[in-house]
Amino acid sequence: MKNNAVTIQNLGYSYPKQSNPSLSDINLEIAAGERFGLFGPNGAGKTTLMNCLTGLLAYNQGKIFLSGNEVSRNNKSVRELFGFVPQDFSFYPELTPEENMDFFGAWYGLHKHEIKKRTTELLEVLGLADVHNKQVWQFSGGMKRRVNLAIAVMHEPQLLFLDEPTVGVDVQSRIAIINYLKELNAKGTTLVYTSHQLNEAEDLCEVIAMIDDGKIVAHDNLKNLLAHHKEEGLEGLFLNLTGKAFRD
Amino acid sequence: MYKLIATITKDIRILTRDKVGLTLMFVMPIILAIVIASIQNSTFKLVNENKIALLLCNKDTGDISKQFSIALEKAGIFQIKKVEAAETDEQIKNRMHAKDAFVAIIIPNSFSEKIAANAKGIADKALHNLGVQQDSQKIVAVKADPVTLYYHPVLQESFRRSIDGAIQGALQLIQSKQVLRSVYSSLNEKELPDSLENQIATNTAPINEIPVSRDGSRNIPNATQHNIPAWTIFAMFFIVISLGSSIVREKTSGSFIRLKTLPTSYLVALASKQLTYLTVTILQAVVIFAIGIWLFPVMGLPKLNIPSDILSLFLVTLICGWCAVSFAICIGVFAQTQEQSNGFGAVSIVLLAAIGGVLVPSFVMPASFRTIMQLSPLHWCLELYYGLFLEGGKLSDIWMNIIPLLAIIILIHVLIVVGLKKKNLI
Repeated sequence: MKNNAVTIQNLGYSYPKQSNPSLSDINLEIAAGERFGLFGPNGAGKTTLMNCLTGLLAYNQGKIFLSGNEVSRNNKSVRELFGFVPQDFSFYPELTPEENMDFFGAWYGLHKHEIKKRTTELLEVLGLADVHNKQVWQFSGGMKRRVNLAIAVMHEPQLLFLDEPTVGVDVQSRIAIINYLKELNAKGTTLVYTSHQLNEAEDLCEVIAMIDDGKIVAHDNLKNLLAHHKEEGLEGLFLNLTGKAFRD
Repeated sequence: MYKLIATITKDIRILTRDKVGLTLMFVMPIILAIVIASIQNSTFKLVNENKIALLLCNKDTGDISKQFSIALEKAGIFQIKKVEAAETDEQIKNRMHAKDAFVAIIIPNSFSEKIAANAKGIADKALHNLGVQQDSQKIVAVKADPVTLYYHPVLQESFRRSIDGAIQGALQLIQSKQVLRSVYSSLNEKELPDSLENQIATNTAPINEIPVSRDGSRNIPNATQHNIPAWTIFAMFFIVISLGSSIVREKTSGSFIRLKTLPTSYLVALASKQLTYLTVTILQAVVIFAIGIWLFPVMGLPKLNIPSDILSLFLVTLICGWCAVSFAICIGVFAQTQEQSNGFGAVSIVLLAAIGGVLVPSFVMPASFRTIMQLSPLHWCLELYYGLFLEGGKLSDIWMNIIPLLAIIILIHVLIVVGLKKKNLI
């Protein structure tokens, strides 16, 4: 378990007043340094699982460990381990990227000089240096996605959860984000990624899991899964495992 | 500590970029204070300085009705417009509908004769009782015909009572004079000298009006002294519109999802909001007090007199502001949407202001409301400010009113913690 970035044991979660569980009997291990993708149709349980992993939802059954620390017990220390890029824009649009990073950096527990250093680096790498003093509400969708990512990685987390980090952005921004994520992974950050952009996912992820009806239906190295199911790409594999019927 | 400083910096940045919120917090209460103080000041002037137009139709030709007319003029609150004796009641009513005047008096044609006869009857009775006049058969009791008073329905009851009082006073004066004259002429067989009559009629004991103040001040409270503290409290509590929706906006925005995943408690965010908005409430008070001191006299309104105990004033402002901010945070924590926060926040403040005595003086409220009134934090805030501004009190005089306010603040904080726990925010 110590070499795993994420260990999930018999996880179950039911939303209040819902008879069917949203997650049931999930067992999963994500190795440290892995580029892991979690896929499934709408309503399959991806976001619920992501919310349990990040502590946004208090799960009812099973256990989750991040780098050996149980999520439900050591909240503060666990939260220091990871960064989270939610699907929604998670910043204050009235503030500039720099001001957002000043605030969120402090909440990560960083010192003032560390915040300054990381802000300068990240704004430069993600192509936001020229607009560091502009309020974020004035930004394009792609720029906002990059701000969302920059804030999540300020504290150089061991583990990064990404919930559709490139939804609604242009090709240039998408490439910039994916390249930066690869760079981070090369430096040792474990990536846990969900998306409906399967081409992008195929490029980024080494290991994937398919979730459907709250259960893991496949989990392996992408190449092995494609070979096993005799599919050429992730899209074919996705349809093979989850079917063609509407799911939402 | 750096987390708190960074959060306060963030809150100040967001607050200062919200122009509408700032307008609501500062400009709206200033306008409110100016408008309400001006209106109330005009009301005081209407009663005390301005004159109410009165139509006087004298159908009598005698001296007593003329004296009554003079007495009405001397009452000082009427601007008398005399109308022809031939005018009918309908014509007079039409004049009133046309807003020529709000009050009309019709003196009946035998008024002087009947008043004189009535006075003579009273004088004879008095003399008989004193044993001066022996023949009781000669005493004739005559009832005076009533004076008709028309008033416009827009006149509120308090105005009508003032007018009734003034007219009754004038009638009483001429009737008393008439009785006096009858008694004098029966005893002396000559007319009462004017000098003696005036001396007797005007010989009333003076009234010395002194406000009961704790610091010995004899300044009579004016509209400003009543209104500025009341509307300062109202403005402080109206911060719910800005602060309540700021919390809801944060809760429903993506930024809150991130905040919940960070290794810092949301209580830091609430502490920051408390401190930031507490500063705003103190600034509101400073601005409104400054307007009362410097702008009101320029506008022809009475000047605000600041209490001598400045430290108590600061402490009271701080506690009132803290209560207002805590209330707004509580609304923000429980509200699901900005509409809920704004709607419930605004309505609850108006209700709490009404039952707390901000809109209507607490002493005129029915007994049942006086118990409910004590549940309103605005009531205790107002009691504290009035203790300083109107009674000239010090901290030792008002501390008993601080205790219930602190109890309300603690209760609000308990509710905040329960709300945060229920929503899994702490």
